Amino acid sequence: MLNPDSVGRTFHGAEEVTVTQSHIDAFCAVLSENDTTVAPPTFAIRITLAQSQEILSNPEIGLNWTRVVHGDQRFEIKRPIVANDSLKCSSTIESYKVSDGNEFVVIRSDLHADAELVVSTWSTLVVRA
Amino acid sequence: MIDVGTALEEKVFYLDRAMLKAYANASGDQNPIHQNEDFAKAVGLPDVIAHGMLTMALVGKYVSDWAGGSQKVTQFSGRFMKPVIVPADQKVDLTVTGNVVAVDGNQITLELSATSAGVKVFGMSQAVISK
Repeated sequence: MLNPDSVGRTFHGAEEVTVTQSHIDAFCAVLSENDTTVAPPTFAIRITLAQSQEILSNPEIGLNWTRVVHGDQRFEIKRPIVANDSLKCSSTIESYKVSDGNEFVVIRSDLHADAELVVSTWSTLVVRA
Repeated sequence: MIDVGTALEEKVFYLDRAMLKAYANASGDQNPIHQNEDFAKAVGLPDVIAHGMLTMALVGKYVSDWAGGSQKVTQFSGRFMKPVIVPADQKVDLTVTGNVVAVDGNQITLELSATSAGVKVFGMSQAVISK
């Protein structure tokens, strides 16, 4: 079970992730997207899902990642991600509830390039009973 | 003229195991439920399932194409309702529809939905695009 003290706390990723053109090309290729000058709208998940998992795997937080199902997803895109962006991820557990033994956790992750907020993502994860 | 209620033309994408492998590599999500049939069945799934985020990425492509490019999309949300089941050696459909639900200055809000094999797999979905 999630440690209630974790709700509302923001955890910062240790490293910047630098986006390469080949990352964008590979993502576009799956979608048959010909314009590779900017990343597709959901590209940020490539960074935020892995980063938030790493950031929020601290046992003190109490989130059991082995039983997680992705429920909802939302993106707010201030500007598209482009090649050579160096992005830093911070993740916040925005809300938490338990229903029928299933845990519903909303994780917001912000990607910053230096001080500029580029993309925010919200993932609702369901930890199954 | 784009008005509230304008329906977008339906589009059908096709998914197969090769696409799931390509998406796994492109996204970094190598969860075996998206590639390994034995593993998927061992955890109670009917077969290999597509990444929910692949479904959402394809709906995002539908939005980008209509909007005139990825850079036009400023907000995008949705709910994963049922898995997209991808048996070996088959192509399965992802049928996407949308309509305009708000027009406000330079912003257009779309409501989106997707089915696979007749089952609704993605919904409660909206995208905001800038003109």
